[in-house]
Amino acid sequence: MTIPSHPAAAPAARAYDLRKTYGAGDSAVHALAGVTLDLEAGRFTAIMGPSGSGKSTLMHCMAALDTPSSGTVEVGGTDLGRLKDKDLTALRREQIGFVFQAFNLIPTLSAAENILLPLNLAGRKPDQQWLDTVIDAVGLRDRLGHRPTELSGGQQQRVACARALASKPSIVFADEPTGNLDSTSGAEVLSFLRRSVDDFGQTVVMVTHDAVAASYCDRVVFLADGLVVDEIHDPQREQILEHMTRLQDLAAARSTGA
Amino acid sequence: MLKLTLRNLFARKVRLVMSGLAIVLGVAFLSGVLVFSNGLSSTFDSIIYSSTPDGIVRPEQTSSFDAGGATTTQTISPEAVDQLAALPEVARADGDVNGIGMSLLASDGTLVGGTGAPTLAFNHTDGPNMAGEPPMGLTSGRWPTSPDEVVLDDAAADHGDYALGDEVKLLAPFGESQRTATLVGTAEFNGGGTAGATLLVFSTEGAQDLFLDGANAFNQVSLTAADGVSQKALAAAAAKVAPAGFEAVTGDQVAEESQDAVGQFLDVISTFLLVFAIIAVIVGGFIIVNTFTILVAQRSRELALLRALGASRRQVTQSVLLEALVMSALAATIGIGIGWLLARGLAALFRAVGLDISSDALTLDAQAVVISYAVGVGVTLVAAFLPARRAGKVAPVAAMRADAAPVRESLRRRTIIGGVLMAVGVAFAVVGLVGAGPGPDALWIGIAAAIWILTAAGISSVIGRPVLVVCRGLFGRLFGTTGRLAGENALRDPRRTGATASALMIGLALVSCIGVLATSLNASVDDVVDEEFTSDFLVQSTNFLPFSTSVGDSLADVDGVATVSRQQWTGAQVGDSTVLVTANDAAFNDIYDLDVVAGHQDLQGDEALVSKGFAEDHGLKVGSPLKLTFLAGKALDLEVAGIIEGSETTGDVSIPLDLLAEAGVPRQDTSLSIMLEPGADPVAVGKAMDEAVASTPIVAVYDKQEFAESIRDQVNQLLYMIYGLLALAIVIAVIGIVNTLGLSVIERTREIGLLRAIGMSRTRLRRMITLESVAIAVLGAVLGMALGLVIGVLLRQALKDDLTSLGLPLGQLLVFLVIAVVVGVLAAILPAIRASRLNVLEAIATE
Repeated sequence: MTIPSHPAAAPAARAYDLRKTYGAGDSAVHALAGVTLDLEAGRFTAIMGPSGSGKSTLMHCMAALDTPSSGTVEVGGTDLGRLKDKDLTALRREQIGFVFQAFNLIPTLSAAENILLPLNLAGRKPDQQWLDTVIDAVGLRDRLGHRPTELSGGQQQRVACARALASKPSIVFADEPTGNLDSTSGAEVLSFLRRSVDDFGQTVVMVTHDAVAASYCDRVVFLADGLVVDEIHDPQREQILEHMTRLQDLAAARSTGA
Repeated sequence: MLKLTLRNLFARKVRLVMSGLAIVLGVAFLSGVLVFSNGLSSTFDSIIYSSTPDGIVRPEQTSSFDAGGATTTQTISPEAVDQLAALPEVARADGDVNGIGMSLLASDGTLVGGTGAPTLAFNHTDGPNMAGEPPMGLTSGRWPTSPDEVVLDDAAADHGDYALGDEVKLLAPFGESQRTATLVGTAEFNGGGTAGATLLVFSTEGAQDLFLDGANAFNQVSLTAADGVSQKALAAAAAKVAPAGFEAVTGDQVAEESQDAVGQFLDVISTFLLVFAIIAVIVGGFIIVNTFTILVAQRSRELALLRALGASRRQVTQSVLLEALVMSALAATIGIGIGWLLARGLAALFRAVGLDISSDALTLDAQAVVISYAVGVGVTLVAAFLPARRAGKVAPVAAMRADAAPVRESLRRRTIIGGVLMAVGVAFAVVGLVGAGPGPDALWIGIAAAIWILTAAGISSVIGRPVLVVCRGLFGRLFGTTGRLAGENALRDPRRTGATASALMIGLALVSCIGVLATSLNASVDDVVDEEFTSDFLVQSTNFLPFSTSVGDSLADVDGVATVSRQQWTGAQVGDSTVLVTANDAAFNDIYDLDVVAGHQDLQGDEALVSKGFAEDHGLKVGSPLKLTFLAGKALDLEVAGIIEGSETTGDVSIPLDLLAEAGVPRQDTSLSIMLEPGADPVAVGKAMDEAVASTPIVAVYDKQEFAESIRDQVNQLLYMIYGLLALAIVIAVIGIVNTLGLSVIERTREIGLLRAIGMSRTRLRRMITLESVAIAVLGAVLGMALGLVIGVLLRQALKDDLTSLGLPLGQLLVFLVIAVVVGVLAAILPAIRASRLNVLEAIATE
């Protein structure tokens, strides 16, 4: 299956015939059953799908957190399959930004220190101008000295976003970044991710099952049973919901039919 | 609930092993010491009973093991022995000749036995012990029959490399010092072994030659009771015919006296070891407190769930205590097993320094087992009590909360209580310093020290903060973010860091305190030697026992030697107390200028010199009469001619050397002071003197530096032994650090996952955990050393009469700090490997 890529942008990351199998023989579970996907630079992509569709596994494999059983992943033109743990670590540090659903920050460090952590680990000097831009964009300038426990959930996620962007990564992976937030805080985080794509030209990939969150994106890729089954560009919330409902119905029909 | 507790316990095998290890080691040391002490006393008991006859006739005021070099010239004649044998109550009477101060040389001329256990020399008789058996049994050859034959114990023959028929080299305490005898047999006490003592068995005639100048006489008589005669009846009958100055005592009494005398010595060894076992157990207790506190904190959600499901507070508390009980019982069992092996190790160690404990005597008796279990289980339960109570306090609603860290009471109350206790310690220390309290000043300071150390352990979370902040800054500067994170982690839970460091703190406080005292002792020794070593050379035996006067004779013949001043130390009684008496020749006064408070130093005739302290204790002034009673029962009536400041060169009482014959003390030398002729080359003469005494390896010729060094060596030997014993406490403390770090890694799994995800390499992660470990270790070391220094300095102040100089072991402290860093690095190895092996994805996904 070929997915037509956006003609305007080169891919920031790409997956080719990606497979991830747990177990062996009859009990083998194919979390990814051959995914080929280009994630274009400078765009905000959502990956959606019902539970167990393989969306988290896809993200983990593409973000160098997990190794696929077969297939290739390229991030910023580098083939991850050839890298050892040390190089993967360096790649994550320098080319990839992360925003997780929860527990994004190191509790012993202040907000500012958390934002700078990947840069410090890499031993790189931060680009102060870029940093100021990011910090102002997340609107946390007056909170920089606070520890994570002194910040609200939304503020914590915004700090996590700022950290993800601080090193100007090739691509930012966000795993349900609004999953633990109320709708107002969630909207703030999503607006910021949107802005980072629009204003700063960043590449963001977000795994979500929330149609509202996905509606902030340029493109939504739908996964089911470890395969890319659908995608829409410049989606509307209702459109997404329809797709989701159809996928879930299909999944339900298959599981009862089987 | 019981089932759940046990499941919990076995579900966490690693934790179980790690927490249990602290108890295992503590109990192992304790039971090892108990078994060893038992073995020690039973070895001596069996030797004492197997070598004591039904009754003994001996000079008055003797007791069999009253060593210290005091001997007597008083003897009993063969006629008196016959008279005793003729008594109807007496089955047989055997005259004994025994002497101390005899030494055995190996075939290569070196000393056998060394400085440890004594060398016992006596004649062989057929007299049985109180059980009716021969006291000794031959293991090869035959008993000596002529004066030039000798029987050795097996170990001595082995060490000396002698076979039957060989010429055995001996050093005699009197007269011509070098002797030889033919080895005709080897023997052992019937009680088994010799406890490390070297035995020299001669024929009666041979022993009389050696110790009684060839006179046909005896030192004492061993009596064997006739059938049906009790020991008491035997002693009473013998007392009637015993010559003047002699007493008859029962074998039981002799054995008892021997046990008392040996017991004192053995008690010192046992108590010494026991102190370190207790320290190890206390340190282990701290680790248990910490481990259980962390375990309870980590399980608080689970405990809350139990509470929500209907478990009472009591049930939750009891389940934690039960867990502690099962764990400690298991650990104590293993510990007792290891302790039994450890006792063998200790026995081997003591065998190396000359105290031979037969392995058969090292048995686990019921008492040792009960004490070990009681201490192991008791300490664990006490230590687990607070965490268990905290577990009961977890609110059921905590099960619903995401962040279930138990609410912690603030450190303020702890700080205040700690501050008050510290002040109480200061009060004790002040009483000790100004000498206001009853009892020894050092004891008051000791109490203050105990209060301080335990309080510091309790509030280490507060007082340790500055050290951790410094560590954080230093690590941040040296290792960047990794270091900074490590510093932050150490500061994150000050209680946990503090409690973990406390174990190490206790160990290092003791080590540093001992270090200060030892260094001060060495410095004081240097001072005294500097001040009082006024001769060119000093000759003494390695264990300060008297030696033959022939040594002095041969040294006087060395070219370049101008004067050999002789001094003999012996014991005497003044009233009820024993006093060390030095008998000095006339040349002594030319060499030593004593600090005379009153009267004069030169003694004429029946005069004595006494120390100021002795004069005060006995109310003596210049001109006062002084009666000294010596071992033989003979007394000297003297007049106090002078009072001097206490000195290391003399005992409390000094008398002229020529009075010793009158006192019935056989002449030997304890110390020779040598002055060279003007212009003589000290190096050359020293060498010549070394050669002159080469054949008498029990004595050594010291110049000032060598003498100070020989004393320092002894001090340091003891110091290293103490360090060795404290090392166990440090090992237990290391286990504590491993444990805390391991549990922290489990607790911070998600955080570690996050760090790995956003780009921390495995190497850096390991470094971060290692640095946290180093921070804990350094905290313990710094607090411990600070406390140890303060306590050591205060103790030195309280003991300033003996420890005249204060010495600070700065070099050693630096070494301790380095060791602490190494300890930190070692302790982090396992937790760091474990953390770096965490799968990033699983770690992030961990709840």
